[in-house]
Amino acid sequence: MKDRYDVLVVGAGPAGSTVARLVAREGFSVLLLEKDRDVGTPVRCGEAVSNRSLESIVDVDPRWIAATIRRFRLVAPDGSCVEPDLGGHGYVLERRLFDYDLARMAVDAGAELRTKAYVDGLLADGGEYRGVTISLNGERRTVGARIIVGADGVESRVGRWAGIDTTTPFRDMECCAQMTLADVDMEEDACEFHFGTAVAPMGYLWIFPKGHRTANIGVGVSGAAAKHKSPIRYLNEFVARRFPRAGILTTVAGGVPCAATLEDIVRGNVVLVGDAAHQVNPMSGGGITSGMHAARMAAEAIAGALRAGDLRLLAAYPKEWQRSHGAKHRTYHRMKEAVYRFPDERLNAIAAGVLALAPEQRTIWGVFRVALMKHPALVWDMAKTFGFSAFH
Amino acid sequence: MLLIEIKDNTCDFCGCCVGVCPEDAIALQEARIDIIEERCTNCAKCVWACPFEALIFHRPVREAAS
Ligand SMILES: Cc1cc2nc3c(=O)[nH]c(=O)nc-3n(C[C@H](O)[C@H](O)[C@H](O)COP(=O)(O)OP(=O)(O)OC[C@H]3O[C@@H](n4cnc5c(N)ncnc54)[C@H](O)[C@@H]3O)c2cc1C
Ligand code: SF4
Ligand code: SF4
Repeated sequence: MKDRYDVLVVGAGPAGSTVARLVAREGFSVLLLEKDRDVGTPVRCGEAVSNRSLESIVDVDPRWIAATIRRFRLVAPDGSCVEPDLGGHGYVLERRLFDYDLARMAVDAGAELRTKAYVDGLLADGGEYRGVTISLNGERRTVGARIIVGADGVESRVGRWAGIDTTTPFRDMECCAQMTLADVDMEEDACEFHFGTAVAPMGYLWIFPKGHRTANIGVGVSGAAAKHKSPIRYLNEFVARRFPRAGILTTVAGGVPCAATLEDIVRGNVVLVGDAAHQVNPMSGGGITSGMHAARMAAEAIAGALRAGDLRLLAAYPKEWQRSHGAKHRTYHRMKEAVYRFPDERLNAIAAGVLALAPEQRTIWGVFRVALMKHPALVWDMAKTFGFSAFH
Repeated sequence: MLLIEIKDNTCDFCGCCVGVCPEDAIALQEARIDIIEERCTNCAKCVWACPFEALIFHRPVREAAS
């Protein structure tokens, strides 16, 4: 490990490893730091992605895929099921392998990587930061860098140290409990999403098959709901009811920052990506591929700034992120806020309304259109942001 | 005075509490969590957000008038 690098990346999740790989590939020196003993574990994730989004950002290794999803089943509080056509398919990943491989690919591209490397502060130097302080296997040291990337996930402390308020509003934090179950009976190509105050108020419960009779199951509820009853209670109750005999392979907690997306993701020579920049889709809570897409935009801006020796070129990254995702994520956030307020009877009525549609109209947009019937302004927003074609 | 108690054996070191803390008062290493007393305002947001109920908020005991 050297004393100084062109770029220092804090956090070896999908976003951090992708920035590290793409910047190293351009010939710059990169150090990737991960506080945990293992890249890729523990997995705190539902592991579901859309095939198109993943394939457009990385060459997919079949080993990463635990299951291919062709059906999406939305379950209303009264048990009625809607299976909208999402116009594509999904994968349930094996994130232990996925994250591990993304980090390995960063190293293959020339980045250095250290685990058990906990970053606990920035070294200030006027308006800029000349490096970080770390605890590496318990030993204190400092490392310098021209650009520092905060890819430190939901905690997002690097940004705060640089003066960006990255606190996730309490109501926007989806507080999660997740398990991996063995010996479960379910269709191996169908993802289930359960809604309602009994299973997951202001959020949802998911069951995603992972092959070999295993499943990833979890509950995410807003902090505003977790305050009254914790996610692990919702999950334990559901598992006891639906899968009383299942073996529990993993049990983890987690938080998803489902906020509207941060405006401020570059400050001087500090750049934020992934969950640290609140780049999760606030409606679905999916952040694997959106963080990787942002990482690509960030890497391009970083390489440009380093080549020109001009940090102002980093501004290309927030601009590109806002152009490609900003409006969409703000609309998703408003949709989420509306859906949060639906009482159970309304959710049941929506399911009945969608089931009354002709089968070819039962798309995800058909679901939203029925769901937001009483919110014409929001439907208009959706049409503007996602294109009118989405409604056919 | 810090009113939050951490149940070390219940905590899963997930970072959800760190993400909602408005004061950046929580430091989370791989398997060690510390609340920085000088920064904590006892707002209890971390307690409410914890998915595993690993944080406990102790209401201040009112001093008996003497
Ligand atoms: C329960 C749950 C279910 C989810 N389900 C899905 C899903 O089905 N599909 C989907 O697309 N998304 C899902 N998400 C969201 C997804 O997991 C995240 O969006 C994604 O992991 C973000 O990637 P990242 O690289 O930004 O951050 P992370 O993957 O969180 O990586 C951040 C890394 O930084 C490290 N780190 C943090 N602080 C420091 C420090 N100070 N020093 C050194 N290292 C540090 C952490 O240890 C971690 O490894 C889910 C999240 C949760 C919690
Ligand atoms: S939210 Fe709870 S389980 Fe997660 S790190 Fe904080 S105290 Fe531990
Ligand atoms: S009580 Fe409030 S200020 Fe203190 S650690 Fe928890 S969230 Fe932060």
